[in-house]
Amino acid sequence: MSEAKNASGEIPEHLRIGVFICDCGSNIAGHLDCPAITEYASTLPGVVYAKENLYTCSEAGVLEIQKGIQEHNLNRVVVASCSPRTHQPLFQSSCAQADLNPYLFEMVNIRDQCSWVHMQEKENGTEKAKDLVRMGVAKAAFLEPQEDIEASLIRRVLVIGGGAAGLSAAQSLGGMGLEVVLVEKDALGGLLNRINRLAPHGEKASDRVSELVESVKAMPNVTLYSGARISSIDGYIGNFEITIDQGQGNQAQEKAGCIVVATGAVPLSPEGLYGYDKKTVITQMELESLFLEGNFHAEKVVMIQCAGARSSERPYCSRICCQTAVKNALWIKEQNPAASVHILYRDMQMYGTEKEQMLSDARGVGVRFHVYDPENPPVVDKGTVSFYESLTGEQEDISCDLVVLSTPLVAREDVADLSQLLRVPVDQNNFFLEAHAKLRPLDFATDGIFVCGSARYPATVEEACSQGIGVSSRIATILFKDKLIVSALVAEINPETCVGCQGCMDMCPYGAISYRPDLNICEVNTILCKGCGCCAATCPSQSASLKGFKPQQVLAQIRGL
Amino acid sequence: MLDVGRHPNIELMAYCEVEGLEGEAGDFRVSVRKKARYVDEAKCTGCGACTEKCPTVVPDAFNEGLGERRAIYSWFAQGIPSTHTIDPDHCRQLNGKKCGICAKTCQAEAINFEQKDTLVELNVGAVVVATGYEVFDPSRIPEYQYQQIPNVVTAIEFERLLSASGPTGGHLDRPSDLAVEAEIEALEKKAKKGQKMLDKFEQKYETPSAQFYEAFLKGAYDGDEDRKKWAQKYEAQLEITRPLEALKKKAEGFDAAKKLAFIQCVGSRDFRFYPFCSGYCCMHSIKEAIIAHEHEPQTTSTIFGMDIRAVGKGFEEYKIRGGNQSGVRYVRGRVAEIVEGENHNPVVVYEDTREQKVKSEAFDMVILATACAPNKGVAELASVLSIEINRFGFFQTDPARPMDCTRPGIFVCGCAHGPMDIPESVAQASGAASRAAQVLIGSELRKAS
Repeated sequence: MSEAKNASGEIPEHLRIGVFICDCGSNIAGHLDCPAITEYASTLPGVVYAKENLYTCSEAGVLEIQKGIQEHNLNRVVVASCSPRTHQPLFQSSCAQADLNPYLFEMVNIRDQCSWVHMQEKENGTEKAKDLVRMGVAKAAFLEPQEDIEASLIRRVLVIGGGAAGLSAAQSLGGMGLEVVLVEKDALGGLLNRINRLAPHGEKASDRVSELVESVKAMPNVTLYSGARISSIDGYIGNFEITIDQGQGNQAQEKAGCIVVATGAVPLSPEGLYGYDKKTVITQMELESLFLEGNFHAEKVVMIQCAGARSSERPYCSRICCQTAVKNALWIKEQNPAASVHILYRDMQMYGTEKEQMLSDARGVGVRFHVYDPENPPVVDKGTVSFYESLTGEQEDISCDLVVLSTPLVAREDVADLSQLLRVPVDQNNFFLEAHAKLRPLDFATDGIFVCGSARYPATVEEACSQGIGVSSRIATILFKDKLIVSALVAEINPETCVGCQGCMDMCPYGAISYRPDLNICEVNTILCKGCGCCAATCPSQSASLKGFKPQQVLAQIRGL
Repeated sequence: MLDVGRHPNIELMAYCEVEGLEGEAGDFRVSVRKKARYVDEAKCTGCGACTEKCPTVVPDAFNEGLGERRAIYSWFAQGIPSTHTIDPDHCRQLNGKKCGICAKTCQAEAINFEQKDTLVELNVGAVVVATGYEVFDPSRIPEYQYQQIPNVVTAIEFERLLSASGPTGGHLDRPSDLAVEAEIEALEKKAKKGQKMLDKFEQKYETPSAQFYEAFLKGAYDGDEDRKKWAQKYEAQLEITRPLEALKKKAEGFDAAKKLAFIQCVGSRDFRFYPFCSGYCCMHSIKEAIIAHEHEPQTTSTIFGMDIRAVGKGFEEYKIRGGNQSGVRYVRGRVAEIVEGENHNPVVVYEDTREQKVKSEAFDMVILATACAPNKGVAELASVLSIEINRFGFFQTDPARPMDCTRPGIFVCGCAHGPMDIPESVAQASGAASRAAQVLIGSELRKAS
C-alpha cells in the first residue's frame, strides 16, 4: 500500500475506496435518504465503489464487503452504519478475511449521530450523514496498513501478600495450573493470625489459616517467599521482572506475566481516642488477642463503634468493624452469659443475610445497643462511659471494666512505595484504586496488575477470599492465551526530532513512556500504550504521534468537512 | 453485555430454561428448554420494523408496567441478543385471530408462528448459577398502601421514571398525574371519533352543532328523526368533552414531583417477610435521590431508615455528599404508615427519634426500597441441580468456599448467593468463573493422564 504514503499529503493516485452505506433496516433508512447518501459517496475522490446494504452486519452484508474488495480491487473500506464500539471489530475482521489489512478500514456512525438524533429532520440528517461520509473517506485516503503487536507471555504470577486474599488467589491460580510466586513480608495468614473466631458461624480463624496455608504449600507450582519484600519491579504485562529482598542481603530474581496486589490493611491504632491505654481501653484487635491468649476476664464491656472512622479526618466506613463487634459480643455472652455488653453505634452495618441474623441473635442474648451522636461523642472516664442516647434523648452512664474501640482498617504506611513500584494509583484514603468501581473492581487500569482484599477496601474474610479467587480468573483470561496481542494503534515518537523534554512522560496515564538518558529521547512501550494520544497532543516538537490518528489523517478528516 | 454477546467462546442462550442436570463435575449433561420465540434467531436482525407495525399494545414489564410495548418486542432497547420475541399470551395470530402483520413486515422473513419449544442437550464441565433475585412485592405490607395510593412507588418503578429512556423520559411525573393524562388521551381519542360523526351532520346541514342544538332544544325540529339523532350524538359528545375539559384544566396544575420520601427496609429486616438486610437499598435510595436532584435541582428527598448502611468503597462519602449537595435528609426510624392526603399526596407517619415525637409529613411521591427477595423459581432450580438452599432462601455455600454450591462442580455468584451490590457481584462472578475453570482444567488433566 505504498501508494497511500504520499509525502506531500495530497490524495494518492491509486486509491480504490469502497463505501458501504447501511440501512440498518429502518433504523437508518427510515430517517435518512440512504440511496442519496450512497449516490453521493460514489462521487467522492478516490471512491470506486459505493453500495447500500439492508444490514451490513448480517452475513449477506459482510459478504458484500468481501465481494467488493475482491471484484473492485478495493484498498480502503469505509462503512457508514452504527457504532464502531459494537461493530468495528466485525467489519475489520471481514476485511482481513478478504486479504485487506484491517487497519485500512474506517467507520462512520450515521445511526447514532444522524438518524437517531435527527429523527424528525430527514433532509438535514441526510446532509449531515453525507458530511460524515465525506470526512470518513477523506481520512481513509491516508490510512496506513498496520500489524497487530504481539508479545510473549510468562505464565507465572506474582502475588504480593499472603493473607486471606493473597492465599486464595494463589490457591486458585495454582489450581488452574499456573505457576505462582507468593511474597509475604511477615508470616502467611495475615490479619487472620490475630483473630479468634470467624463470623458468622464461629469457626476458629486458625483452622481457616492452616487449611489455606497447607493447601497452598502443598501445590508444587507455588513458590513461597515469606519474610520477604519486593524491592523492584520492571517490565509490563506478560513480562514483569521482579527483585525480591529476602533479608540479610539475599535477593531473588523472579519473572511473572501478571501481578496480584493483596497486601491487605491494618487496624488503626487509636492513639488519644477515648482514653485508649491498651489496658482498660483497647481495640477489637487487642480484644481478639485477649480471647486467643485466654486473658479475657472482663464482665462489663462497652464497645464504641466508628472510633476514628467516618470522621472528617477519615471519612470512610470501614465495613467490617460492626460485624467484628457483634461477633465478639456474641463470643463474650457465650463464654459468660452473665457478662454485660453494650455496643454504642451510629449505624449498625450488618448488611446481607448472616450478618443481620447475627445482629438479631446478639439482641436475643442480651447485648445492648445504643445510638450515639457523633456531634456529641461518648466520654470514657474511670470505668464509666457517658453518652447521649439519641434514640431516647437521655444522657446515660454505663459503668464498665473494659472499653473496646472498634477502629477502622487503614491503608498500610508503605502503600506509597508499592504504588510507585507498580505505577498504580491509590484513592483519597490510600487504598488501591481499581480501574472501575463497579465493572472492573479487581483490575487496575494498568494491564496485567490486579487487586483483591483489604488492599482495595476493607473486606471480610469471605469477601477477601471471593476477590482472591476472582482475580485468578481475570489473570487466566490473559495467561491462557498463546501470546499477547494488542492493537497497533499506539503512539510512536520520532527519535530524530525528539529533544527528550519528557513532557509526554508526565501526561501518559499508563506509564508507557520512558526516557533514554543515553540518547536523550523518550520511547513508547507499545504494549503498555493504550493509544489515548495524550503524548501526541502534548509534544512541543510534534515528535509524538498516534498511529491511525496522525495529523495528516485527522486534518484530512477535518478539511473534508 | 456487548462483550459477552460478541465473545467467540460464549454461546448465549437467552429465553431458555434449565430443566435437567445429570452427571458429575467435569462431565454434566444439561437439558435446556429453548422457548419458542416465534422468531427465527438466525434470521432476525433486530431492526424493530415488526414492533412498529404490531397492532397489539401490552403493558411493558421492563418498565414495570409504566409504559407500553407491543406483542412482538425486544425486552429493552439495545438488549443482547437483539432478536425479537412474540409474546404468546397477547399475539393475535397465536390466539387464533387474524393478523400476521409482523410476518408481512419482516424483510428478513424471520417470523415463524409454527415455532415450538425445543429441548437442547448440553455437555458441560461446570455450572454457574447467576439467577439473581426478585423485587419484594410491597402490597403485602398493608400499612404502606402500595397500589392503594397512586404516588407510592417501588424503587425499581422510580428507577424507570428517572430513566432518560424510560416511560417519562426521566421526568418525575407523578403516577396519579400520569393516570389523569392517560385518561385525557383516551377521552380525546373518543372525542375525536365523536367529532367526526358530528362533522358529517354539520356539513350536511351547514350549521355548527352547538348552534343547532340550541335550536333543537327549543323544539325547532320536532319530528325530524335525522336531526334527533344528531342531537343525541351531540349530547353524547358533551358527555365526553365536559369531563375532558375539566381534566385538562386540572392537568394544567400538574407539576413534577419535587418533594420525595424514600422508605428503607420494605420487606427487609422485617420478621413478617425477610429477616435479612438487602444490602444495596440504602445506596440505591441515595443514588436515586441524588439523580432526581441532578435532574431537577429543586428536588429534596428524605430517606427514612433504621441504619443507613453505606458500607462500600466511597459509599459513606457519597452519602454525605447527598446530604450536603443534593438536598437529601436522613431520618432515623421505621415509618409506621402511609396515608393518602390532599391531591393524592402520600403522607408519611413516623416517629422523629430526635424529638421523640410522632410526626406526619406529606410528600409528592414516596419510594419504597423493596427487599432483595429470593427468586420464586429457586426451589425448583435447586431440585433440578440437586443443590441446597439456605435458611434465607438463597443458594447455600460455605464461607470458606464462597462460590461453591453444595454439589461439586456447581457454583453461584451475585444475588442468587445473597443480597449484594454490583462490585461484589462482579468480583464473585470472576470468582465463580475461576472455580469453574479449575474443574475443567482438573478434568482435562485427569483425562490426559
